Amino acid sequence: MDLIWLIPVLPGIGAALNGLLGIRYFSKPVAAAIACATMAAALILSIFAFAQLLGAEHREHVVTLGHWIPPIPLQTVDGLGAFQAPWAFRLDPLSGMMILIVTGIGFLIHLYSSSYMGHEPRGAYVRFFCYLNLFCCFMLTLVLGSTFLVMFVGWEGVGLCSYLLIGFWYHKKSAADAGKKAFIVNRVGDFGFVLGVFLIFFTFGTIDFREVAEAASHMPVEGAAFGVLSTICLLLFVGAVGKSAQIPLYIWLPDAMEGPTPVSALIHAATMVTAGVYMVGRNAVLFSHAPMVMTTIAVVGGVTALMAASIGLVQTDIKKVLAYSTVSQLGYMFLATGVGAFAAGAFHLMTHAFFKALLFLGSGSVIHAMNDEQDMRKMGNMKLYMPITYVTMFVGALAIAGVPGLSGFFSKDEILYRTFLASPLLWGLAVITAGMTAFYMFRLIFMTFFGEYRGPSWGHDAEGHADQKDGDHAADDHGAHAWHGPHESPTLMTAPLMVLAVGAAVAGYVGIPAALGGSNAIEHFLEPVYVAESAAHAEEGEHAVAHLSHAAELGLMAFSVLIAGLGIALAYHLYVRRPKRSEELAANWAGAHRVLTNKYYVDEAYNATVIKGTMSGARGLWAVDRNVVDGAVNGAGWLTRALAWVSHVLDKYVVDGLINLVAWICAEGSYVFRRGQTGLIQNYAVASLFGVFACVTVYLVVRFMG
Amino acid sequence: MMEITPAHYTVLSAALFSIGVIGVLVRRNIIIIFMAIELMLNAVNINLVAHSQQVENLVGQAFVVFVIAVAAAEAAVGLGIILAFYRNKETVNIDEMNVMRW
Repeated sequence: MDLIWLIPVLPGIGAALNGLLGIRYFSKPVAAAIACATMAAALILSIFAFAQLLGAEHREHVVTLGHWIPPIPLQTVDGLGAFQAPWAFRLDPLSGMMILIVTGIGFLIHLYSSSYMGHEPRGAYVRFFCYLNLFCCFMLTLVLGSTFLVMFVGWEGVGLCSYLLIGFWYHKKSAADAGKKAFIVNRVGDFGFVLGVFLIFFTFGTIDFREVAEAASHMPVEGAAFGVLSTICLLLFVGAVGKSAQIPLYIWLPDAMEGPTPVSALIHAATMVTAGVYMVGRNAVLFSHAPMVMTTIAVVGGVTALMAASIGLVQTDIKKVLAYSTVSQLGYMFLATGVGAFAAGAFHLMTHAFFKALLFLGSGSVIHAMNDEQDMRKMGNMKLYMPITYVTMFVGALAIAGVPGLSGFFSKDEILYRTFLASPLLWGLAVITAGMTAFYMFRLIFMTFFGEYRGPSWGHDAEGHADQKDGDHAADDHGAHAWHGPHESPTLMTAPLMVLAVGAAVAGYVGIPAALGGSNAIEHFLEPVYVAESAAHAEEGEHAVAHLSHAAELGLMAFSVLIAGLGIALAYHLYVRRPKRSEELAANWAGAHRVLTNKYYVDEAYNATVIKGTMSGARGLWAVDRNVVDGAVNGAGWLTRALAWVSHVLDKYVVDGLINLVAWICAEGSYVFRRGQTGLIQNYAVASLFGVFACVTVYLVVRFMG
Repeated sequence: MMEITPAHYTVLSAALFSIGVIGVLVRRNIIIIFMAIELMLNAVNINLVAHSQQVENLVGQAFVVFVIAVAAAEAAVGLGIILAFYRNKETVNIDEMNVMRW
């Protein structure tokens, strides 16, 4: 366990190798091998660390590598406090679960990408793996960090990698814009997070998770008043809202689908977007002392879940459906967190990581097979061409829909049950969402894999050729050749699908609820993380939340399964048995359909308010800048020029004038004298003769007359 | 026959010198001017010799020898210049010799 610091460092080394050397020197297989190997090493380390954690008596382990920020005195609410940030990593049940998810799914997605990104030119391919490794490095830092500041390093790092990877095809304007959108929207959340951390230090004098939880557990629960703990929690929740794509900051996630599909699977479904849920769970003690914020979280989560699911009902882009589904499922997690079921939230986080990564990778496989076509209306009957993808995605869809026996069922019903205990109204929202989830998921499955093939045709003379090649055509370089029609993806892509399908099917069995005869192992495993150490023993006896009878719990379960079943049946009816019926429905309910297709016009509303506002503000400032600031500068410049001009005139006409005047006088005056310079010797001789006469005359006059 | 007195020599010398000066000033042919300069030098020589005899001092006689030597040297250098000039300008007219002016 002392080596846990290596877990984030290993992918970091991979990223550094690929980023510094690889882009210039490494071939594609070498770069992919480095990235996959570092992830595999991190995965193995994580498994060992987790196994040791399971065996340990005290399930918490902190490794401090050294000081990042040495203690410096800073003002807190009671006197000076020592602000310090060590490079410390904490392994406990929650972070243990998270590193398994990140390294496990991360490794599978690395494998998948090595084939999926195969068409990219070498430089882009290496760059992709560099970013992907860097992302894993930051994500692991985020979950392992033992203080808010180390977590924040990871938090910002994954934001950066998300930006880089969404805009991976940066020559495409929509991708570059989506990257910017994600980055900017996340900044809003991060600002709240940072403010929360400031306030935490100001209040508690420390930023270590465990110490903060200890201190907070001794403070009264802010039931009625909105005190400092509530403020902290609200600020932290703003951060979580940005990162985990909840109302009102969820708008970036659907656009993030511009990135390559493995990125959507890893970052925008399985790991990064769950960071908000993780962070709230990590500070469970704080949040449970702020019931008003908890209510806010539950409501935001519930409404987000419903709203995103309803948008998902009508999307036609296969990845957009999954994106809204992700937003909706994240809403579920927040709903669970908000009603105090932190463990249920984390449980759903884990199962969701499996089936959503599976669904995204499956959709990537389909997109790959359809030669980069993402519109489900142009697919159909794909089960004929790609049986493995079909079966695995079907498992994933069953899991997310909450069909009994698969992972989603256990985690989702745990959430529904706990929500029902807290608020039947929110439970109603969640159940409707569950029905919608089942519907849009099976709509996706039916539109993609069933019915008639609606895609573009391909050369029929090439068909036989393609069929024959289907099995062993592992290199899969149809980018360079003509498209031979849909085909199953190579083994490197289907293998992760199969592993994830198994995970999506069985991951739920770690949390079988008591009503079904299980012991809800994961909840007991995670429970110590959510209470302060001192409180853990005290509350042991009275840790009895309100309970329903097992019969009632089973009844709730049966009801939600019924709803999910209805959703699936409706999807089957509308998209398999009577495909025309869905179009009629859309036509009959044109208004509602248009609102949903346009995502409730939220983007437009943001455009009209925030973006227009910011833009006009910027324009205003620009005008001030141009007219006042630039005006002052230009005025100074103009004044200098004017003064210089005056000086120039003085110089030219007064100073130069005097000099030129002297020269002119000399020049003009010399005309008189130069007449004498004839160059004729005789003239000079005459002159000297007359000079001699003059001298002699003067001599004679002086001599004889004077 | 009247006796020849120093006054006669002086007058002769002055006349010769004047003729030389006028020759230098009015003639245009540089050879003639050259000859006029010789005339002036010899006028001075006559003067020197005559007065040397009268004051019975031989310094004047010696001086004349120097003047003749210098005149010969001057004639050699001068004729050389004239020759060079003639090769350039194909003329010995002194009015053409006006390059050394403004």
